[in-house]
Amino acid sequence: MISIQEYRFAESLDEALALLDAGKRNRVIGGGMWLRLGHAGVRTAIDLSRLGLDKIEDAEGEVSIGAMASLRDVETAPCLRELFGGVLSESVKPIVGVQFRNMATVGASVYSRYGFSDLLTALLALDAAVVLHRAGEMPLDEFLRNPPEKRDILTAVHIRKDGRRAAYRSFRRSKTDFGVLNVCMSVSTEGDWRLSVGARPGRATRCPEAEALLAAGDGAGAAKAAAENLTYGSSLRGSADYRRHLAEVLTLRCWDALREDGAEARDSEPTDAGRDEA
Amino acid sequence: MTLNFALNGRKLSREIAPDETLLQLLRDCGMHSVRSGCDTSNCGICTVWVDGKPVLSCGYLAARVEGRAVTTLEGVKDEAEALMRCLAAEGADQCGYCSPGFLMCALAMFRELENPGDAEMRAYLAGNLCRCTGYASQMRALAKYAEGRRSK
Repeated sequence: MISIQEYRFAESLDEALALLDAGKRNRVIGGGMWLRLGHAGVRTAIDLSRLGLDKIEDAEGEVSIGAMASLRDVETAPCLRELFGGVLSESVKPIVGVQFRNMATVGASVYSRYGFSDLLTALLALDAAVVLHRAGEMPLDEFLRNPPEKRDILTAVHIRKDGRRAAYRSFRRSKTDFGVLNVCMSVSTEGDWRLSVGARPGRATRCPEAEALLAAGDGAGAAKAAAENLTYGSSLRGSADYRRHLAEVLTLRCWDALREDGAEARDSEPTDAGRDEA
Repeated sequence: MTLNFALNGRKLSREIAPDETLLQLLRDCGMHSVRSGCDTSNCGICTVWVDGKPVLSCGYLAARVEGRAVTTLEGVKDEAEALMRCLAAEGADQCGYCSPGFLMCALAMFRELENPGDAEMRAYLAGNLCRCTGYASQMRALAKYAEGRRSK
């Protein structure tokens, strides 16, 4: 269990950042989802819930998701059900239950860069950026690979509305469990393909080799490339070899879904109707 | 620290520890329908509402409900009556331990969704584990309750 000595509702982001900087054991509390399973001794818990950071705004050029929006907010926001093939909404649906998703926040999922994160896998396949109170806005991809050295406060995630269509697939040993492997694929109206693979079990990462093959129309080749070019590890939920195999299968399923959605002209190759049942 | 919140419509002020869970607080307030199950924010047994939304009280910091409204099964007894009867009639409460959490999530669902279908109900209640019934009897009870609501 995480122990907390002092609980503070920040009245401004500047105050929250000052509290964070005031001590190594001071922490921003998102949904507090690790309260029971974590072990940290927190000096001051910083609560951001009074700063109006829980909004999801659909503006002309981009969607902004506030850091304190819950995963349930992401699931139910009408704009996120529509945009990007609804992948953001879809990606969070299998996470534990409605009650859990009412508590877990977008900011904590993204800032903590969790390897298992369904949401990060989906966001990474879109043109997303994180907004940090100290460091400013930076592409999500860069944030995942090279986060700023100084601790910061994530205030929002911005996603550019570039007409992107997307597909998300995750494989789970049982419903509501963590994903064994998560895959998200997207294509913009300009034909910019992106592929991200998460829960490897390392954190979500894009696969440039596979993306080049997707752009060339070679879905099967891209699926193989995703399996061969990314690193996979073993954990309690699956071996590295199993994950590598899943990466190929799920990438192909995303490809099929996007093609069926009209991204590419269909060829005469027969499709396996049972594929999407897993 | 001093916490001010509303419990089942009644304003309360309590002294709490900064890392006290909502579950502990509610049990201390005599709300014995709120039970500890997995104690790791997974099983749904400790479900209560904060500002009308179902949450897991075992993993929810009590400090967070400052200025908010908390509802336990004790606060929605009348609303729960018909669904409780359906659960009992269908044998969906074998040991009964998970029933309060299940009722709280199911009632939240019926408030949120106009007329949920089978798949929607399964998805909404996926976070409520029951080790006795195998869920078939619960689904029958929900269908019966939903039917009753529609015919009203």
